[in-house]
Amino acid sequence: MSETNPKFKVTIDGVEVEVDPGTTILNAARLIGGDVVPPAMCYYSSLQGSGGKCRTCLVEVSKGSEKDPRPMPKLVASCSTPIMDGMEVKNKSSEKVMDARAGVVEMLLINHPLDCPVCDQAGECHLQDLAYEHGKSTTRYEFERRTFDKVDIGEYIKLHMTRCILCYRCVYTANQLTDKREHGVLKRGDAAEIGTFIEKNLKNEFIGNVIDVCPVGALTDKTFRFRSRVWYTKPMDAHRDCKCCSGKAVVWMIGDEVARVTARKDQYGEVKEFICNECRFEKKDKSDWTIEGPRHIDRSSVISANHYEVEAPSHTPLLNKA
Amino acid sequence: MDRKLLLEHIGVEGIQTHDVYRKQGGYKAVEKALKSMSPDDIVEEVKKSGLRGRGGAGFPTGMKWSFIAKPEGVPRHLLCNADESEPGTFKDRYLMEKIPHLLIEGMILSSYALGCNQSYIYIRGEYMYVLQILEKAIAEAYANGWLGKNIKGSGFDLDLAVSTGAGAYICGEETALIESLEGKRGNPRIKPPFPAVKGLWGRPTVVNNVETIAAVVPIVNEGGDAYAQIGIGRSTGTKLISASGNINKPGVYEITMGITVEEFIYSDTYCGGMKNGKKLKACVPGGSSVPILPHYLVCKTAAGEDRLMSYESLSDGGFATGSMLGSGGFIVYDEDQCIVRNTWNFSRFYHHESCGQCSPCREGTGWMEKVLHRLEYGHGKMEDIDLLWDIQRKIEGNTICPLGDAAAWPVAAAIRHFREEFEWHVNEPKLCTTKNYGLVTEKKFEPVNA
Ligand SMILES: Cc1cc2nc3c(=O)[nH]c(=O)nc-3n(C[C@H](O)[C@H](O)[C@H](O)COP(=O)(O)O)c2cc1C
Ligand code: SF4
Ligand code: SF4
Ligand code: FES
Repeated sequence: MSETNPKFKVTIDGVEVEVDPGTTILNAARLIGGDVVPPAMCYYSSLQGSGGKCRTCLVEVSKGSEKDPRPMPKLVASCSTPIMDGMEVKNKSSEKVMDARAGVVEMLLINHPLDCPVCDQAGECHLQDLAYEHGKSTTRYEFERRTFDKVDIGEYIKLHMTRCILCYRCVYTANQLTDKREHGVLKRGDAAEIGTFIEKNLKNEFIGNVIDVCPVGALTDKTFRFRSRVWYTKPMDAHRDCKCCSGKAVVWMIGDEVARVTARKDQYGEVKEFICNECRFEKKDKSDWTIEGPRHIDRSSVISANHYEVEAPSHTPLLNKA
Repeated sequence: MDRKLLLEHIGVEGIQTHDVYRKQGGYKAVEKALKSMSPDDIVEEVKKSGLRGRGGAGFPTGMKWSFIAKPEGVPRHLLCNADESEPGTFKDRYLMEKIPHLLIEGMILSSYALGCNQSYIYIRGEYMYVLQILEKAIAEAYANGWLGKNIKGSGFDLDLAVSTGAGAYICGEETALIESLEGKRGNPRIKPPFPAVKGLWGRPTVVNNVETIAAVVPIVNEGGDAYAQIGIGRSTGTKLISASGNINKPGVYEITMGITVEEFIYSDTYCGGMKNGKKLKACVPGGSSVPILPHYLVCKTAAGEDRLMSYESLSDGGFATGSMLGSGGFIVYDEDQCIVRNTWNFSRFYHHESCGQCSPCREGTGWMEKVLHRLEYGHGKMEDIDLLWDIQRKIEGNTICPLGDAAAWPVAAAIRHFREEFEWHVNEPKLCTTKNYGLVTEKKFEPVNA
């Protein structure tokens, strides 16, 4: 291959796409979009080293490459397997994959508290979506579920470990965004838990981002906890002059009030530009923000089913004055 | 035909010390290698010898060594895996305890072959007293010029250090071992990249078992071809077997690959037959991770041929009727033992040892343990047997590291071969809490003594 810009061809569920060498199967699928994209509960493109753990993104490689067409003997994690030229991958079209994925979802749920009615993440929880798509309505697990005490990690963040799926995203966030490592995993196996070096000790300008990366309701914003169901809020793109971060955020309004502030997430629920604690936790006045207009929320949030976006005249900060 | 390559001098008084070891021909291989062999020559001899990894997977050692990346100016590392935590396996401990200089000599030869100047032995934390033996031996090796700068004037430098684990089986998995050695939590890494390319501190690294490294000594002394003459087929040389269970003489034996399983269990040279004249019920031939074999598949394969102590013969028949040589942890069960209890016990181990990184292993191992516990204690249901089958199936092959498979296989094999024993536990909820299945059934196990 001597051309200046060699591309690899890969086929996923029968759809062909050309990608740069080194691209993972998952990212190739995301270039295609739609149904061929495997669900990803632990991979997070902006967090180095993430992925490989949850196993929800398993796919079947039915042809290894043009050079070596043998299928791969086991299902592989699409988020951490690079594509080869001529590779053929099956996601939704493989029964084996669907079966294994249902198994993974079942495993993720056996110890999950399923307290969705009182969980702040409800409505924008990736596990809820995944369970809806791949799970069963009954459980075969008849033992007591694992529980942990809720703890405050720092002034603004609540850790409800019982809901955690150990995706390690918050660990990578704490390691990569903050300057002092004080957040990690303690113990092992199903006793493993997220812990901070000294409980209540998460003080750092960027640590609030662990809330955004958490796919479930294990890490929640204490300034927002139990204030409202997410579907009663209206997300607006907003920005402010911030010395610490880009100041680009989403403010979730209830009437004229800023109920919570988050970073902006893409269609896969991933934050590309992290925000600082000041923006997230302390700027709760509408006048703190320049409101740009309704935020388009894709997938994984009930908000995406909301039609207020179309109804709202763009760039109008005041909506739905009740 | 009974060759001892590793344990030949084990009975010699003081063999733990450098001077006695040296008198018995110790460090001759290092002298020979540094004087007359290039690193590639050693790799070549190891390839010729057919030596396969003794840590469990049986990967050809010479081939593994030839995969190590050699980028300019980047140090490489050899790590000796002495984490030995697989239930039923205790051969590495024996070797390090009885003849520590053999491992050190093997480390020097292997490091030289791979071009490593800083090598490590990662030893299981519970082996504290062995650590002391090793450290003493290493100090002697330094004092006698076998380690350090410019070894015996050859220009080759090697530093050797021992590092201890802290009680985690998972740190025997090579990438978890590397993480642990780097001072991190012992979570297995996601591969690729493989250690041969990016291992310890991102440098090319080889991880080998204690016994594998020790076997390099006789290979260098006698030549790869001579080593390959010993054994059978692709199972060359000798193998240390840790024998335990209901046998007369539990212990560590060095066998020539290819002797029959029957000879190993019944001859006085090895296990000395079943204890108390009981009959053989089952055998786990390669450590707790490998499938259990019912009595009729222990000494004979499904095809009726003699089962041999070799990689190929023990896995003859695949998982349907065979097992694996694994780490050589040979556990024998007599007719009184309870397979459900044994499976629960293994399951408890894997549940306790899972690192918890991936969902199927983290959640599935605990689930299996709970279901097995319920069956063993008379609260089980008939559906539990199929449930167990399904859980193990959902774990196997879907995890980051082979611990998931290792947790699944013993459960699958026990159900495959001893399903009626599981059913009995459901049908006899009272009896099964007071007596082992083996003690109450009239079932006759075919005598396998010739
Ligand atoms: C959970 C787990 C535990 C392991 N424990 C050990 C061990 O204690 N000792 C060992 O030599 N290999 C162990 N292995 C195998 C190693 O990963 C590796 O394959 C081996 O050290 C390679 O050495 P060899 O090629 O000389 O056999 C373990 C593997 C797994 C998955
Ligand atoms: S707390 Fe949330 S982000 Fe952190 S490991 Fe658990 S599920 Fe993942
Ligand atoms: S298979 Fe088990 S031990 Fe291995 S990485 Fe996954 S959770 Fe950890
Ligand atoms: S997203 Fe690939 S394993 Fe979790």
